[in-house]
Amino acid sequence: MKSQTISKETVDELARDHKPLLSVEHAQIGYVVNGKAHVAVGDASFEVYPGEKIMLLGPSGCGKSTLLKAVAGFIEPFAGNIKLATRDTLVPGPDRAVVFQEFDQLFPWKSVRDNIIYPQRMIGRDKDEAGRRADEYLTLMHLEPAADRYPHQLSGGMKQRVAIARALAMDPAILLMDEPFGALDAQTRSRLQQELNEVAERTGVTILFVTHSIQEAVYVGHRVVVLNNPPSTVVEVVDVRDVHDPADEGFSEAMVHLRSLLSAGDETLSDAAFE
Amino acid sequence: MTTLQRDQDLSVPRDDGKVRTSRKTWGSLPTGPRRALLLLALVAIWQAYVSISGVNPLLISSPWDVAKALVEGFVEGRLLDATLITLRILLLSMLIGMVIAAVMTTLATWTRIGEDILVLLTSILNPLPSIAILPLAILWFGLNTTALTVVIANAVIWPIAINVSMGFRTVNPTLLAVGRNIGLSGWRLVRDVLVPAALPHTISGLKTGWAFGWRTIIAAELVFGVAGGKGGLGFFINDARYFLRTPEIFAGLVTIALIGIALDLVFSYVEKKTVVKWGMKSGT
Ligand SMILES: Nc1ncnc2c1ncn2[C@@H]1O[C@H](COP(=O)(O)OP(=O)(O)O)[C@@H](O)[C@H]1O
Ligand SMILES: [Mg+2]
Repeated sequence: MKSQTISKETVDELARDHKPLLSVEHAQIGYVVNGKAHVAVGDASFEVYPGEKIMLLGPSGCGKSTLLKAVAGFIEPFAGNIKLATRDTLVPGPDRAVVFQEFDQLFPWKSVRDNIIYPQRMIGRDKDEAGRRADEYLTLMHLEPAADRYPHQLSGGMKQRVAIARALAMDPAILLMDEPFGALDAQTRSRLQQELNEVAERTGVTILFVTHSIQEAVYVGHRVVVLNNPPSTVVEVVDVRDVHDPADEGFSEAMVHLRSLLSAGDETLSDAAFE
Repeated sequence: MTTLQRDQDLSVPRDDGKVRTSRKTWGSLPTGPRRALLLLALVAIWQAYVSISGVNPLLISSPWDVAKALVEGFVEGRLLDATLITLRILLLSMLIGMVIAAVMTTLATWTRIGEDILVLLTSILNPLPSIAILPLAILWFGLNTTALTVVIANAVIWPIAINVSMGFRTVNPTLLAVGRNIGLSGWRLVRDVLVPAALPHTISGLKTGWAFGWRTIIAAELVFGVAGGKGGLGFFINDARYFLRTPEIFAGLVTIALIGIALDLVFSYVEKKTVVKWGMKSGT
């Protein structure tokens, strides 16, 4: 199956017409284990417009990663539709670049710079252009001093920066992120959240971001899609576009609201499960 | 795999800020001089023993005589010829073994039945010392190079196939997902992700394969020598024993050891320039 990728022009066109870039319509997604269907996401619907940062928030195991994998094209929904612009049978492709949580997502045998160049070469860019772009994103993600190092010589935070730079350098129509900062210490984590916000602002990239941290959802997101326990459905889509500053009253109000949504379906759930 | 060395610097990037006591100890010398000194001491003890004890030179030659036999053997050519013959057979057998191992690994990676066959064959043939099939090989092919080649190929196929297929099956799934995400599939995914990701296993499989092959060819040639065959290093040693040219026996042994060490160094060098440099295997 050959898939044509979604170009920047298509995304701009959609933005002009106020049309969604990604629509998830009554998607039911899961796994077949020993011949038996195991449904993780029961019925999810939401839309992502160009330039938005959409957060997928829900308890651990509710199917956030599963949903992201379906958007990335790694798995196919049992039912419903996932549409990217006009395409609805999705196979994995660089127009939906993924940043994973795992630190070992970089190619260990390539230097940082080559890790960023290589995927660009695979989408048909010539050497010079790919190199120029790599340098651009190395600068953007504060990675210049590490350009010639190998991944094993980097800290966790640096590795995730490289993964983000590599994904952005491919000019994806949408950037998919699966708890990219989940394994980082608190300090590095908030640094990277801030950097991601700055980079998103600069590039205008559309992001679908999985997290189980309420604070992260409010701080990074424009809108938060809240999922409940599996087989999960969308409880509510919360707009947090206007709250940026954790010191603001609005910020804590948004967090309280999200926390109440998350614990509504589950009496046994303690607040400690969420930050 | 390998264990971490005592002196290994775990913090990266590395710079030489090691805290050391100022007193020079044995452990503070670099590896090279340490080994050279030990070797020198060993040779000195050997020479002293032969000179002082008056042991029969037909039983133990002095290092000096061995060195002379070694130089003579290579200059005059008999030892050199024997070495070349052995290396040529080894190389041919290794190539055959590697090709067969590659085919088996490919089948085992892509098909269930291939994997089952590989597991079955390796569990039967790998524990069997390869030299044990030499009589059968002689029976089938006669006292010739073909028999040798079969035995050695058999010695190298299994360690290589086991390691490489293990390497392919344990490729980090996140890297595979990244590969597919950037649009790789089929042959390109194999070449650009699977093969490099499996490299640590592949190299250690080759390393073990060559070591097995080297031991087996010498053993097989010794048996051939006894049986009256002509040719390589094993034959050279056996011939020297027959004519009581004891220094030549030692010279043959030294040659075998040196080539074994050289093979090991080649693989260690390749590892250092690849998987160790990339942090996929800790250095030794
Ligand atoms: N490869 C898989 N095969 C079978 N079940 C899976 C697989 N991956 C995840 N699951 C199950 O699907 C559910 C949702 O998992 P996941 O999407 O990873 O949750 P989340 O990312 O929200 O923590 C869980 O019950 C999990 O056990
Ligand atoms: Mg997850």
